Amino acid sequence: MATVETQPARKPADYKSDINAIWCPGCGDYHVLMSFTRAFAELGLAPEKTVVVSGIGCSSRIPAYTNCYGFHGVHGRSLALAAGLKVTRPDLTVVVASGDGDGYSIGGNHFLHACRRNINMTYVVMDNRVYGMTKGQPSPTTEPDFDTALSPGGTGLSPFHPLVIALASGANFVARAFSGAPNETANILVEAIRHPGFSFVEVLSPCVTFRPDEREWKSLVHAAPVAATNDPAKAARRIMTDDGFNIGILYRGERRPYQPRMEGQNIDVAELEKDFEL
Amino acid sequence: MSKMPSESPIVSVADLLALAHQIETDAVQRYTELAEQMETHNNQELVKVFRDLARAEGIHAEEIRKMAGDVDLTAQAQRLERWKMGDSPEQADLGAAHYLMTPWHALQLALTGEQQALAFFTSVLDSAKNEKIKDMAAEFVEEEAEHVNLVQRLLRKYPKPPDSWANDDDPPRPQG
Repeated sequence: MATVETQPARKPADYKSDINAIWCPGCGDYHVLMSFTRAFAELGLAPEKTVVVSGIGCSSRIPAYTNCYGFHGVHGRSLALAAGLKVTRPDLTVVVASGDGDGYSIGGNHFLHACRRNINMTYVVMDNRVYGMTKGQPSPTTEPDFDTALSPGGTGLSPFHPLVIALASGANFVARAFSGAPNETANILVEAIRHPGFSFVEVLSPCVTFRPDEREWKSLVHAAPVAATNDPAKAARRIMTDDGFNIGILYRGERRPYQPRMEGQNIDVAELEKDFEL
Repeated sequence: MSKMPSESPIVSVADLLALAHQIETDAVQRYTELAEQMETHNNQELVKVFRDLARAEGIHAEEIRKMAGDVDLTAQAQRLERWKMGDSPEQADLGAAHYLMTPWHALQLALTGEQQALAFFTSVLDSAKNEKIKDMAAEFVEEEAEHVNLVQRLLRKYPKPPDSWANDDDPPRPQG
């Protein structure tokens, strides 16, 4: 008789590496890490079948703090790396972590096309509306009147609207979360990972060092008053007219994910490497 | 966002134990996280305070686990689906952490958590119809009230710091 091997239920702590996270105390990214591990435990993901890919910036340190596979990649290129990985290894769960600078500025073009391709992976952007790692420059989502030595009088530029752009570009799941509510963020991540296609989760994650005003976000966020829709026009109208602090799943699309057939192609890594030999 | 539970009702002692266990294990996770943050930022006095708080919560969690016997408390808590929105009552606001915070601040976080846990078990006690649940809830109320007293006693040892506690002679400055 065949024996069935059962795995004991994993706890959030089982997904944490033994490296202490290096962020400023109070940083929202700590909570996001907590949400990652809670979501992975809830889904019972096997760490060896889960990959966290990131670019550059405070938020992109996150792969080192999980004990899943990780790839701390090139600035703004996390989605390109993740897309390559997911199409060649569709058996893996791929979660991509980024920030508003890495994801919307340097990686802005990849963001559009990742939404358009709709590969089955989850993109989590920890948005603190500032470049924290490089000491406080305005990012694409910074308010126009953010007045600093580097942007005297503010940039005067309209902020990027990531959720609308994701929706217009074809993302199949769009949600906004708040780092200060780690259980709720974990639940959104669970739904995002389960949903087929490209899932985009924008997490409002305060930078307490260069944007101490963002500590107030905890009193501004509120649950989205209506359930997620599968109608992109309705979702766009809601997202365009909300106050930016609506938390929850805002759109669940029904597009079929892009997954090219890789079987039978017999890709030999050594062959590929030949082209790069010096 | 909502902080208090509103989902599945508590219909057995096992349900109550599962929720109590979840509250304690969540607290262990948060205090450990805060201890690690302080370790990274070399605030050794706070490392000890948060590690002690995590240890105390861990002891409570273990006591509850022993009381539950063979019941799988994690599975039971998952079934109840509490605090899917918001956090369990004994939460510590990680966003309130600061690299120069003092034991007084840490204990304020702990006090808020204990008071919220006390309010939760009191509401269970007040609303329970089943005598066994009532008895168990009364025990938790007593225990949490003792924790509130303990933190208040500790706070006498660590008085409120002056308003200048966050002043830093070499603060992080935006580049430029």
